[in-house]
Amino acid sequence: MSAIKLDHVSKHWGTMRAVDDVSLTADEGALLVLLGPSGCGKSTTLRLIAGLEQPDGGTITIGGADVTGLTPAQRKISMVFQSYALFPHLSVAENIVFGLRVRRMPRAERETRLKRVADIVGLGQLLDRKPSQLSGGQRQRVALGRAIIAEARVCLMDEPLSNLDAKLRHEMRTEIRALQQRLGMTMVYVTHDQTEAMTMADRIVLMRDGRIEQNGTPEELYNRPATAFTARFIGTPPMNLIAQGERLVGVRPEHIRIVSQDGHAARVRTVEHLGADSIVLCDISDQPVSVRQDGFIKASPGDDIRLAWDASHEHLFDKESGRRLETAAGEARLVASG
Amino acid sequence: MNAWLLLLPAAVLLVAFTHYPILATIRHSLFISRRNGTEVFVGLDNYRSMAADPIFWKALINNFWFALGTIPTSIALALLMAVWVNRNMRGRGFLRLAYFTPTVLPMIAVANIWLFFYTPDYGLLDQLRGLFDLAGWNWLGSPSTVMPCLIVMVIWKEAGFFMIFYLAALQQLSPDLEEAAAVEGASRWYTFRRITFPLLMPTTLFVAINAVINSFKLVDHLVIMTKGGPNNASTLLLYYIYEVAFTFQDSAYAATLTVVLLVLLSTLALLKFGYLDRRIHYQ
Ligand SMILES: Nc1ncnc2c1ncn2[C@@H]1O[C@H](COP(=O)(O)OP(=O)(O)O)[C@@H](O)[C@H]1O
Ligand SMILES: [Mg+2]
Repeated sequence: MSAIKLDHVSKHWGTMRAVDDVSLTADEGALLVLLGPSGCGKSTTLRLIAGLEQPDGGTITIGGADVTGLTPAQRKISMVFQSYALFPHLSVAENIVFGLRVRRMPRAERETRLKRVADIVGLGQLLDRKPSQLSGGQRQRVALGRAIIAEARVCLMDEPLSNLDAKLRHEMRTEIRALQQRLGMTMVYVTHDQTEAMTMADRIVLMRDGRIEQNGTPEELYNRPATAFTARFIGTPPMNLIAQGERLVGVRPEHIRIVSQDGHAARVRTVEHLGADSIVLCDISDQPVSVRQDGFIKASPGDDIRLAWDASHEHLFDKESGRRLETAAGEARLVASG
Repeated sequence: MNAWLLLLPAAVLLVAFTHYPILATIRHSLFISRRNGTEVFVGLDNYRSMAADPIFWKALINNFWFALGTIPTSIALALLMAVWVNRNMRGRGFLRLAYFTPTVLPMIAVANIWLFFYTPDYGLLDQLRGLFDLAGWNWLGSPSTVMPCLIVMVIWKEAGFFMIFYLAALQQLSPDLEEAAAVEGASRWYTFRRITFPLLMPTTLFVAINAVINSFKLVDHLVIMTKGGPNNASTLLLYYIYEVAFTFQDSAYAATLTVVLLVLLSTLALLKFGYLDRRIHYQ
């Protein structure tokens, strides 16, 4: 039993509500991603789960047991810090087995586990090195090794890949996800990178200013964003939101086609060629709209083109509150098809 | 070539004010000066008479006890205070200032304050003893208490100074490390022993070297408070050199004693660069 449950948890610093009445559940063996822009309270939420901060209100349970007042050690969790928090004077091996030595595990078992973990994270040759003699990716692996060697059921990660270059980040996120599934850990993973969230998560909790903006599967966040904020946060490039009276009409760039007649008149501003596809940034009546097209698009800035999309791909939001307009979208779809 | 030119000013200063005087001192220790100003080469005669000089040995042994009494305690105190001040966010600035005060006070003022503490009958210590109906005691005038009195004063003076270095070093340490250790279940003491203290080793070494040098450099307090007495019970090496050079006007013998001091200090430097540096983790 290792499901994590937050029940109306809050944390304030003075008037700053870093975490404001947050309730969420990470199912046992699942990977939950806390996603959101910088300063939205992701790290604080994670630190509350870890026990590195005490909440001002609410309860936290792990595996059904109330851990709200417990120390980090008593919660039997492992954690990977954004800075990795490796002990600079200890060797890779000593770093990894640090927690086992704290718990006075016999040497023989320590060695066995170290060998196994070193194989898993691919550090077998580097066990005698100091952290300063490692590359960023290798340090990341040491932190990972230290987190999994205790075989804690719950693993918390705070932006573990943000210090790596893009290629390594891509590799590591696949590895972490595979590791999490292989070991069956319950993982809470903090990131501000929606690609990481979309590719790794079983469930995404999108946060904004200390509150939960939307809690759902990656598909739900992508297909049915509950708010304009979510719509703008998920997807690369994010969803286009075009103001129409009291409403915002949202269309994903990948759902827009360039057509020769009908549709909306638009003027091309810039074109980005990514290889497999191209992003055309245009204006529709002075509102920016990006369009994703397969292949190499031969449009140049200043061109007048026409854009069209299926009504079924439209998402409608209230301009004032940003909330999704459920019925309106349904009606629009009916109107379009009828 | 250009690099050497850039080094030249520093090198000139170093040679003129450090290396040359050292060599001159060593040379001087091999001569004696006549009253008419001429110098006579005597080889190691000065060193032989030094070896036979009971006051020299007394000063050396005093210095040893003085170092042993001040260094470990002031470093331990400094570390303790730094960890404590580092934890207690509130009033940190004030505490830092309070601990630093002994260091910024002029030596003469420090010596005077402590003279007042130690004055027989009227001093603070004897006033306190008076509360318990104990007779007055001549703290600085008794061979048995003069050294402990000096040691306490120097600890008071140095601990605050060293604390500043520890505090600066502690603030350089990432709080993540302590948190990572806490997540792994390490107690505060375990974290201190295996993480914080080893990472503070460069500071400890720096502070320790300073403490040793200071223990050989102490002279002003002695001039004011004890004049090395009673019966040379508080004579330290540098004070003895000062006396030999300026009271007895025996510059050749003073040079000989100085060479001993130099040998002691350079042994220390060699130990630091040759051995300790290789065993300590620098960031
Ligand atoms: N120890 C602290 N003291 C005061 N404010 C803090 C502290 N930690 C975080 N905050 C504030 O709480 C908010 C949320 O911080 P954080 O959880 O670190 O955000 P995120 O990880 O999503 O970038 C931020 O505005 C931050 O300034
Ligand atoms: Mg953060």
